[in-house]
Amino acid sequence: MKTLSAQADTRNVSVTPNPQKKRKKGFWRTVVRQRYLYLMSVPFVIWLFVFNYLPIWGWTMAFQNYKPAKSFFDQKWVGMKNFVDLFQDERFYLVLRNTLAMSVMGLIAGFVIPIAFAIFLNELRGKFFKRTVQTVSYLPHFVSWVVVAGIITKMLSRDGGVVNEILLALHIIDEPIQFMAKGQWFWGIVTVSDVWKETGWNAIIYLAAIAGIDGELYEAARVDGAGRFRQMWNITLPGIRTTISVLLIMSIGHLIGIGFEKQFQLSNSLVTDYSEVLDLYALKYGINIGRFSYGTAISMFTSVVSIILLLAANGIMKKTTKESIM
Amino acid sequence: MASSKAFNATKADKIFDIINFIIMALIMVVTLYPFLNVLAISLNDSTDTVRGGIYIWPREFTWENYKTIFSYTGLIVGFKNTIYRTIIGTVLGLISSSMLAYTLSRQDFASRKFVSTFLALTMYFSGGLVPTYMLMRHLDLIGTFWIYILPGIVSAFNVFVIRSFIDGLPYALQESATLDGANDFKIYYKIILPLCKPVLATIALFLAVGQWNSWFDNYLYNGNKPHLTTLQYELMKVLASTNQGSGMANANDLANQMAQVSPESIKMAITIVVTLPILFVYPFLQRYFVSGMTLGAVKA
Repeated sequence: MKTLSAQADTRNVSVTPNPQKKRKKGFWRTVVRQRYLYLMSVPFVIWLFVFNYLPIWGWTMAFQNYKPAKSFFDQKWVGMKNFVDLFQDERFYLVLRNTLAMSVMGLIAGFVIPIAFAIFLNELRGKFFKRTVQTVSYLPHFVSWVVVAGIITKMLSRDGGVVNEILLALHIIDEPIQFMAKGQWFWGIVTVSDVWKETGWNAIIYLAAIAGIDGELYEAARVDGAGRFRQMWNITLPGIRTTISVLLIMSIGHLIGIGFEKQFQLSNSLVTDYSEVLDLYALKYGINIGRFSYGTAISMFTSVVSIILLLAANGIMKKTTKESIM
Repeated sequence: MASSKAFNATKADKIFDIINFIIMALIMVVTLYPFLNVLAISLNDSTDTVRGGIYIWPREFTWENYKTIFSYTGLIVGFKNTIYRTIIGTVLGLISSSMLAYTLSRQDFASRKFVSTFLALTMYFSGGLVPTYMLMRHLDLIGTFWIYILPGIVSAFNVFVIRSFIDGLPYALQESATLDGANDFKIYYKIILPLCKPVLATIALFLAVGQWNSWFDNYLYNGNKPHLTTLQYELMKVLASTNQGSGMANANDLANQMAQVSPESIKMAITIVVTLPILFVYPFLQRYFVSGMTLGAVKA
């Protein structure tokens, strides 16, 4: 890397006796010299602009009474009206509650369990078994939420679902429970499904981090008489602290934008009071009913809160553990 | 004294190992059982399935369910569209992310900082559902096949994974190629791409799985276009046939047709058909994606 960049630097410097003017010239000269690099990147920058940045422009809709047939300049501006409507809608608070409940549950379970899984998997003796467990644990990650929801519904079904059968056989319950019809179970079902689907996958990063820990540390600990749990607690966990912090910040950033796939696929009309999340709410009002401006206000709320959470998490982590992603 | 200590440690160790082994075995069972159960039901006679009690082995073995689903045109069309989108989406996604990754790996690239930031920001925010939908409307992509491909062509995560990999390659190779008169594109094409095979395999898997598994774009943009239907959407319609009103707002005639309650075994057969191709590929790509994920974690 160094040689070429150094070369480029010296070239730039050598042709700039009159900085202001020549620098501009130097830039275009570089563009011409690096034309292939520009050809390989500019199209995708335009691409990103169109598909990722232009929708942000769409946020203006949140302040309008948007009518699809009219041009931007003919739209009626309504100020904060859509946000006022949103904050006055009781449904919004219900949806916000659901979103936060499921994301916090998902954050805790989806965070602690993969770490624990990785640590215990690492302690497993026998290379072959270890590898098999790992391969199997990834499997659900590769399957769509449509399939997972189908499987979960099947496993939890009242007639013949394996969960009910086990509970019946153990005499924990006397009658099969219709899990999917009970609103109060929904958050738990979503969380457990998510754990089932992603634990193995999420553990990959931690396993990689664990593999990077110096083996001598374990040996030294063993000599000092530390048991397996002690070793996990005092060596493995601190060893993957950086990884944990970075991933935690990222998950907090996604706390409110938890998506909607699992909720969409697992829900049914009986549990909507517990299953509806912000994105589904935006989908229903914004697109299915056609209140585009209102839907945009919801989307915008979600994005803004996500960014605030991300920055806050990053700031706090920076202060307390000196880890950060930005 | 020292020896007794060591003995105690090994005893505790043994108990730990046994318990750990049991826990891991249980995790395997919990992960695998649902799939085996689905497979068994899909291979069981559909009227017999109603009696319940099928676990990992079919009671009355038959291929009938599979024959039935393959006579359903929606599934055939869905298969075709899913295969097209998987191939096209993966190829275009690979080209875009590898090109972009190469330019970002070049420390001397004048606009590297800008492009890199521009790309990274997309990981942390998005316009949201409704603005994106309106954009697709303005671009006239709704109701076309290309809506499955175009929006997702550049993914920041994939670019950063490939970039970290390129950063790990010896730079001397590029340098000597430059001395031999190769231009930047030639270096990318002739040197970088061949060396990147492992990471490209990872990204290809990510892209292909993403395309294969996606249903929401179909539901949202092309829900009433039977000729643009995809496998996951077809599966969704069939699975929804007993969960009444599970949000199938866009249900069209075909959906209603399929929403006549399908027997359990048929549902499970479609589930297997939709899942199987992926289950065949991923174990072979495992060693690649494990390192790919690790690279991604370092940078992303």
